[in-house]
Amino acid sequence: MTSAMLIPVIMTIVGAATPILLAALGELVVEKSGVLNLGVEGMMLIGAVTGFAVTTVTGQPVIGILAAMLAAAGAAFIFGFLTLTLTANQVATGLALTIFGIGLSALAGGDYVGRTVDVFGSVFPTGLAEHPFWRVIFGYSPIVYFSIIMVFAVRWFLRSTRAGLILRAVGESDTSAHSIGYPVIGVRYMAVLFGGAMAGIAGCFYSLVLTPMWAEQLTAGRGWIALALVVFASWRPGRLLLGAYLFGLVMTLELHLKAAGVSLVAPEFLAAMPYLVTIGVLALISARKAGSSAAPACLGKPFKPGN
Amino acid sequence: MRIELIKRKEPSRMMMWLTPVIAVIATMITGAIIFTAIGYNGAEAVARIFFAPLLDTYKWQDLGVKAAPLILIGAGLAIGFRANVWNIGAEGQYVMGGLAGTGIALLTWEMEGGWILPLMVFAGVVGGAAWAAFPAFLKTRLNVNEILSSLMLTYVAVQLLYYLMRGPWKDPQGFNFPQTRLFSDSQILPTVVPGTVVHLGVPIAFLVALTLWWVMNRSVFGFQIRVVGAAPHAARYGGFDAKRTTWAALLIGGGLAGLAGILEAAGPFGQMVPAFPTGYGFTAIIVAFLGRLHPAGIILAGLVLAVSYVGGEMAQSSLGLPNAATGVFQAMMLFFLLATDVLARYRVRITGRAGAGDAP
Repeated sequence: MTSAMLIPVIMTIVGAATPILLAALGELVVEKSGVLNLGVEGMMLIGAVTGFAVTTVTGQPVIGILAAMLAAAGAAFIFGFLTLTLTANQVATGLALTIFGIGLSALAGGDYVGRTVDVFGSVFPTGLAEHPFWRVIFGYSPIVYFSIIMVFAVRWFLRSTRAGLILRAVGESDTSAHSIGYPVIGVRYMAVLFGGAMAGIAGCFYSLVLTPMWAEQLTAGRGWIALALVVFASWRPGRLLLGAYLFGLVMTLELHLKAAGVSLVAPEFLAAMPYLVTIGVLALISARKAGSSAAPACLGKPFKPGN
Repeated sequence: MRIELIKRKEPSRMMMWLTPVIAVIATMITGAIIFTAIGYNGAEAVARIFFAPLLDTYKWQDLGVKAAPLILIGAGLAIGFRANVWNIGAEGQYVMGGLAGTGIALLTWEMEGGWILPLMVFAGVVGGAAWAAFPAFLKTRLNVNEILSSLMLTYVAVQLLYYLMRGPWKDPQGFNFPQTRLFSDSQILPTVVPGTVVHLGVPIAFLVALTLWWVMNRSVFGFQIRVVGAAPHAARYGGFDAKRTTWAALLIGGGLAGLAGILEAAGPFGQMVPAFPTGYGFTAIIVAFLGRLHPAGIILAGLVLAVSYVGGEMAQSSLGLPNAATGVFQAMMLFFLLATDVLARYRVRITGRAGAGDAP
């Protein structure tokens, strides 16, 4: 296979991997703090529609992305208020957030269906970004580089900073962290808002970069794959990077086989592939780790100081 | 001033039943404000969505038809939720139930007899339960989170539906439309109230919910489900097997979702089409919670959500309110329910803490 054929394939893999990597990074931090937010899909959709609408109106993708992060973090705040302040069930609240996000984004995006938006260019000079070979490294949206940087930033934050240590302590043992004097609820709020912002930017990667347009349920369940990815990665940012690109490969296979007109398998089977692969991978990972789980000890458990 | 939450020893019974009512009212008020803010007549929209279907007696039959699948799926899911088994893939199990029953319908094409419909319904239950057996197996054997596996399987079920409609099951005389033949008279649910659209599935749904009420309250199984959910450690000491409970919860939830699927296919649809999955499996999650995971509550909650569906359609045609508005209203109901739930579990005390030291 020549590089001329290979380069578009690699670039599609990167495109497919980036949004799930971003959303999964956010969720990883949320889960490390002991909170399970199943609303990733909903927050991504809210981010996708906000980013698209604001970019269409202002003509400024940067403002669009910031608005997307803000809107999705706002949705995450609803989740935080319900689960952290009012100690509501996290699973139910996360599901509610996803149903809410699907409805709200469809409602808000009604006027934007069918419109297109200018994609913002590369951060690198055109000579590199559109070079037949070097575009494989320089030819992406800035969000792609941001996602890679964030992998290392999150890794460094969790491992080497005091704040990261506190966050992990809160996720492993909320009562001990509380008795030492760490603000458990405050830390979890920050993590949930961060998770929202990351889901927001992941969502607008679909509406501003990949498609670029808005349609109802644009993210097509990728938020759930991001959730599965966190389990796959055993809550480690480095493995998240690996996992996201593996999933990117699977999804790209689907696209390229479809484009090549492979008639041996039905296109519906290819469309179902990412979900089947996710189940398979979860089965492998979970079976291997049976007994000693890598999940944060307080994951999904509500905390109320003084009780 | 400071708001303090004090945990109740036991959830307040009065609040348990009052909070869903508060949640619905809060949804109406907030909905009216939001829809006014985005340029609609908010009060009118709320009136259309929540009251118009109740005032128009002609719409009552639609309420029954819409509520039936929601009640069936919601009642099944509630059993799982009580046992801390989070089956959120009911939509996929609903599709598989519909497909399994449709398979029988296509096999018995040009046959007649009273045995066909019961066989289709049975196949529907088995289809839904079989689809839920995958998450159950993965959970009990390999410790795979059932939330993710059941949801992933929903996407797979929908793709299977698309495949069958586009290829093997396509109506040969259907002008190449991706849909099956129309079911024959022996394959269609009879209407129970002459002159209306109320089919046999509607009384079945209510009967199933009432039966579950009895099962949950009076049987050892119901007790086991409640204990496993509320106190897993105690359940283990009591000799209740968590794995068996997981299997039971998923099979019942999947079976009832499958039943809802075939009743829809052999009822309102009368054939299988790609547009078969309409989100009942997800809305039923709201129904289960709004009904307080109690079969009687779920019947009421199913009717409330049915009102929002029928009212949403009415508001769409008369006010131009987008279809998505219904989903927003439904999700808000769940948000408010979860928020007000705090009143059932905690006593709220407002204390004036502003002492002398706080004064500037």
